[in-house]
Amino acid sequence: MTDDFDDLKAALKAAPAPDADAKFRAMALAMKNFDALQGSPDPARSSEDRTDAAPLNGVRRMFKFLTSRPALAATTSVAALVVGIAVILPVNLRVTEPGTTTDKPETPVVEPDLRTETPDAAPENSTVASVEPAKPAEPPVTGLASGNDQPVLDAELVVDEVAEAEPAAPEAKVAAASEAGGEAAPGLVMDGTILAEDDAGAVMRERAAVEPEPSLSYLPAPAPEAVADTLSPPVENTEEYANDAPNPVKVTVEEPVSTFSIDVDTASYAVVRSSLTGGYLPDPAAVRVEEMINYFPYAYKAPTEAEAFSSTVSVMPTPWNPGTRLVTIGIQGALPAIGERPPLNLVFLIDTSGSMEDANKLPLLKQSLSLMLSELRPEDQVSIVTYAGSAGLVLPPTAAADRATILASLENLMAGGSTAGAEGLELAYQVAETMKAEGEVTRILLATDGDFNVGVSDPEGLEAYVAKKRETGTYLSVLCFGRGNLDDAVMQSLAQNGNGQAAYIDTLSEARKVLVDQLTGALFPIADDVKIQVEWNPATVAEYRLIGYETRSLRREDFNNDKVDAGEIGAGTQVTAIYEVTAPGSDALLNDPLRYGASATEGDPLGELGFLRLRWKAPGEDTSTLVETPISGTEGSSPETRFAAAIAGFGQLLQGSVYLGDWGWDQAIELALANRGDDPFGYRIEAVNLMRLAQSLSH
Amino acid sequence: MLMDTPDEMLATAAAQGDRAAFATLVGRHYGRIHGLAWRLTGVKAEAEDLAQDICAALPAKLRNWRGEARFTTWLYRVVVNAAHDLRRRQATRSRASQGWGDWELARQDEIATQAEAEDWLAQAMTRLSPELRDTVALVLGEEMTQGEAGQVLGVSEGTIAWRMSEVKKRLRAMAREDAK
Repeated sequence: MTDDFDDLKAALKAAPAPDADAKFRAMALAMKNFDALQGSPDPARSSEDRTDAAPLNGVRRMFKFLTSRPALAATTSVAALVVGIAVILPVNLRVTEPGTTTDKPETPVVEPDLRTETPDAAPENSTVASVEPAKPAEPPVTGLASGNDQPVLDAELVVDEVAEAEPAAPEAKVAAASEAGGEAAPGLVMDGTILAEDDAGAVMRERAAVEPEPSLSYLPAPAPEAVADTLSPPVENTEEYANDAPNPVKVTVEEPVSTFSIDVDTASYAVVRSSLTGGYLPDPAAVRVEEMINYFPYAYKAPTEAEAFSSTVSVMPTPWNPGTRLVTIGIQGALPAIGERPPLNLVFLIDTSGSMEDANKLPLLKQSLSLMLSELRPEDQVSIVTYAGSAGLVLPPTAAADRATILASLENLMAGGSTAGAEGLELAYQVAETMKAEGEVTRILLATDGDFNVGVSDPEGLEAYVAKKRETGTYLSVLCFGRGNLDDAVMQSLAQNGNGQAAYIDTLSEARKVLVDQLTGALFPIADDVKIQVEWNPATVAEYRLIGYETRSLRREDFNNDKVDAGEIGAGTQVTAIYEVTAPGSDALLNDPLRYGASATEGDPLGELGFLRLRWKAPGEDTSTLVETPISGTEGSSPETRFAAAIAGFGQLLQGSVYLGDWGWDQAIELALANRGDDPFGYRIEAVNLMRLAQSLSH
Repeated sequence: MLMDTPDEMLATAAAQGDRAAFATLVGRHYGRIHGLAWRLTGVKAEAEDLAQDICAALPAKLRNWRGEARFTTWLYRVVVNAAHDLRRRQATRSRASQGWGDWELARQDEIATQAEAEDWLAQAMTRLSPELRDTVALVLGEEMTQGEAGQVLGVSEGTIAWRMSEVKKRLRAMAREDAK
């Protein structure tokens, strides 16, 4: 380990030598700017105002002619978007509404880091000024140029100003200015980070790039990316997805054992659906095939009374590759009699940040939770914790019988403020602790639109915290609402670490599915830390590939290690995993046999395909139980597994998988239609329609 | 004589308009700027661009030189901030656009011909969060003390210590994974 540390150090030390030409150019530029600065009585400009813009002059010239209305409108919208970010990002930097503080300097809450932007707007942006006689925003500061004799670095006064005058949408934004009497430090970035200023700078750059100004040479060189942003469709989207590259084909001889944790999340399917119905193909990174497959209920063999779950294996020809077979492992959780379910303690942890205001966020969330309320029993308990700016307990633990009180608290939730997820989570765990009692199930339901990291310096720390709290027996599930800043990665990881489920709720019917129809499954775990390990028989399986479960793979030795966390199965739910396997000698083999390797085809070529091992723990237990089943290869398929295969194909089509050959949308639709079986809730037919939509969109 | 003058004096002189002092200063530190820029971005071309931008902005920035910190600390701060600006400009949050991420994508596209050491470095860096990367670049790459790195990044020494232990943890996990 220390070796690695040293390796990293050595590798970092070995920075490539700077190019002599590059150094020469940079130095020449530095000297030029130095000279220019000495001659100029103007205060120094900010770092954004670089004199050099050579690489982009051509682009600028091009933009000079782009004066048409659409171009200006496009710029405006991009500018507005960027201003929007400038308002959101700074944690403690006070940013006010356009034009309100020009004459009221405020004390910034920021630390010493700072930079001043001098209001270039006035003289230089003459074109703008003539279109819209915006006031050229004077910095409310004295002593602008008295830079050198004020030695107190930490007390530097800072004025951040960007006066904006857009022809189409006049906007002026003035960011924090500090107490008077300090001195302005023009053009300086002292330390720390400066979010608002930077974004404001970006606005200026982008405007500069498009506006038909005659004198652009003083303006900062717009970074190429910034120009590209200006031209790209104005879709501002900060979603992040958790995914890995699809599992590769493995050679059985080299790696006979495949280990993974089950995954009961369904969020990916709902995100895919929301994208498709919104009229665009989902980001391939948003597609997690196993979550799409597990979205659907399957009629697998029910477990016997003594079992917590049953497993069903089926083998069938691969729809997209005649040379391979699909091995489907279906797990069916037992459904204890509803009447016997233990009392439930629920903590709703609700994000009430400003971004939750949209109709498909907080209002949908309220509706969803009230739907669920009617499914609870009088002895269940509910409490509500909100987080936004500061965390607060909105509803102390209340018996579900008291519906009126709970509904009233729900109704009163208002969106506003920024997100401080960590604090809210801590409070929720505290509240959950007080609700706990022997024999009851306690679960936190975190409902958010995804932004969870403002104020949390370290997302990993948050996950570690959740993982630690998991030990206390409280489960954490995540419900995501709305699109736009879905931080799928953090949500996934919180739910995985918190022994819960991540679901994405885009419609009321999805809320119904997750919270009402599957209330028992979503809220009552019957088996914890369920791990699957398959050992393939090299005599009958030369290559195999696990479809999906990329984010859930485990190391081989983790299977027997009860300390290693894995997924949970809820009451009555199903989990499905699909392998694509290739027999030795098949034309469909992707890897050639090794010339010098040991061709270990020992074993019975007519024997089993492999050996399935399942490990699970009863909820709350520390030691696991092992269940072993051979995979004979003669297990037949059913409409259920064929439908699962169609969905696996759907997911891989969306990912642009290389394993599908000529198999396309038509075949996927046909397969899904033929096997939709008994579909009382219409989930399967909905999937078929989504495939049709995706087919049209991908042309 | 200029060659022996301490950075801080040169900077003060340059801030007051001394051309020779400025030239010496930039010449002396270009390599440092470029090196840190490379460690922060992981892409040679980007490091060059960043270094050029920093040099171009340096005359203006020097007007705010107060001679309170060591010049190199001040300069590192400038570089780190410029790198942050760059990251933010690059479609901000998408992981793929954070330098090392780009590098990683390009690497996957290539027919792995990269030298193995560099390959490993990129892999290691890609798995670290931006804060950890910055910290590693300063503490390991520039051999700063944790206190100095804290000054540059504007966080406490304790935070740096914590981040470095976090890096060690990640490396250990990586090593375990590789050994698998």
